[in-house]
Amino acid sequence: MTPTAVESRSPRIWSWLRGLSMHAIIWVVGAAIVVPLLYGLVSGFKDTSELSSNPFGPPRHWVTENYTDLLQSGAFWRQIANSTGIALATALVTVAASAMAAYVFARFAFRGREVVFTLFTIGLMFPFAVAILPLFIMLRTFGLLENPLGVVLPQAAFGLPMTIIILRGFFRNVPGELEEAAIIDGCSAFGFFWRILLPMARPALATVTVLAIVTSWNNFFLPLLVFTEPDWWTIPVGVQQFKGQYAEDTARILAYVVLAMAPALAFYTVAERQLIGGLTAGATKG
Amino acid sequence: MTVSVRKSPPGSDAAAPPARQRRVRAGRRRLRERATIVGFLLPALALFAALVLVPILFALYTSLFRWGGFGWPDDFVGLENFVKLFKDEVFLGDLWRGFVLIALSVVVQLPFALAMAVLLNQNLRGRAFYRLLFFAPYVLSEVITGVLFTMIFAPDSGLADHIMDLIGLGDLGITWFASSDTVLITLFLVMTWKYFGFHMILYLAGLQSIPKDVLEAAAIDGAGPWQRFRHVTLPLLGPTIRISVFLSVIGAIQLFDLVWVTTAGGPVHASETMAVTMFQFGFKRYQVGYASAISVVMFLISFVFALFYQRYVLRRDLEGAVTSMRGRR
Repeated sequence: MTPTAVESRSPRIWSWLRGLSMHAIIWVVGAAIVVPLLYGLVSGFKDTSELSSNPFGPPRHWVTENYTDLLQSGAFWRQIANSTGIALATALVTVAASAMAAYVFARFAFRGREVVFTLFTIGLMFPFAVAILPLFIMLRTFGLLENPLGVVLPQAAFGLPMTIIILRGFFRNVPGELEEAAIIDGCSAFGFFWRILLPMARPALATVTVLAIVTSWNNFFLPLLVFTEPDWWTIPVGVQQFKGQYAEDTARILAYVVLAMAPALAFYTVAERQLIGGLTAGATKG
Repeated sequence: MTVSVRKSPPGSDAAAPPARQRRVRAGRRRLRERATIVGFLLPALALFAALVLVPILFALYTSLFRWGGFGWPDDFVGLENFVKLFKDEVFLGDLWRGFVLIALSVVVQLPFALAMAVLLNQNLRGRAFYRLLFFAPYVLSEVITGVLFTMIFAPDSGLADHIMDLIGLGDLGITWFASSDTVLITLFLVMTWKYFGFHMILYLAGLQSIPKDVLEAAAIDGAGPWQRFRHVTLPLLGPTIRISVFLSVIGAIQLFDLVWVTTAGGPVHASETMAVTMFQFGFKRYQVGYASAISVVMFLISFVFALFYQRYVLRRDLEGAVTSMRGRR
């Protein structure tokens, strides 16, 4: 074999090996992510007694009651509806208030602007948990317990900093000539904001809306405190209560977990671009 | 980039109105502009002040009282709550456990996320799918994740024990959440499962903003893959890494949901965090003044850390972060 032949073949082998080992690592990590989810899904079709005798295999006989009982129960759908309503309301309030504020921060020069803006950015550093105790006492004082507004408004308030920062960055990049042209054509400040800026900012608005929805959907601490009555429970509160109620029936709890995960995962596959775009933008800007 | 609001009126000088009239018109415009500013800022400002700033100030105030949470606090005790707090072994343990979780994140989770980002930044088949998959746990709530893993790590019957048996490690008898020796590590495993994808996504965005020609230039100068990573990629990724460390720390300070549904802080406080202790005192034992003091300490830690970080670590990144954002649009 001539040296040139060795040289020309070995890089191909090496790159093939390299590709294989990279894929091997990725498959192991991928399995670590998928297996718990799959375990939940499959176990939901088993009897709890079968979980320890047959942990890995498919169910010996498929038990569908775990899922169908839940899907037929009003409580589960009620929680889905509550989570959805609260998430949409939160997103609406957050984005509306933030867009207006971001417009002012991006396109007006006035004394104290940076101070007020900094005040909002400081809000980024406050963990929700810091304010939850006084927040709860305030909500109780104003009679907002057992009331969805008691969850929607604080969630919106804590969503403001990130949303304002992202939208302000976007609004700033809209060319100034556009605004001048609109004003010359007799557009008021609000007209420019409503008819030109917001339609142009649709991608950014989609991003922050998705962020607000996901954050609200996953919130647990606040709804746990505000809603003691099951009528308003959201999905995370419901899952936790269900776990307490059916402590021994593992398969049933896993079925609930899987059903509770489904909407979030479905939403993720649809809104993945906005979600990831928003998170990276928020992180690099904040 | 800000557009000045004082726009010169078109074609102003030729048929200029008398000075007085012009001044009146300018004044009216300024008034209208001020009304716009106030009107547009008001909703956000009111929400933020009422539901973020006031609660934090309220916590500061009530932390100085012995107070059960009903009526107006009137039993002023000065800093007694804080003195008590820093003698409380559970709370000191919270601080230690928070530190351990942060250290584990920075030393294990973030490097792992970075490694996966570098892998997925290669020209691999199916990398878009893997990225989607690795990030997926992030969109699940901590509660759902927590309940799922409580079942998986259930002693004897859970999936984790079966896997340990399968690979011949069953004799180690690891009891996961149930033992105070392993509970923190188990918690950290679940946190990594849920959050490494998020950091990976941040790193991927950072990696993609590194110009290709810089790496090519290094390669032409004879730098091997490791050298290119160590001396080109890593420094250029600095801003992203620092942000991701920052987010890890803030996340660890407020960790509640995951702990609450998996262990509620047990066994015997072995996995308790500041937020859990605060919850216990504030909502179960009605020592609201004392719980407020915990809130205040959490606030001060995040505040001081953020200020310090902003001042000494993030400041030099600001320029780069802003320009890289603009490049992506």
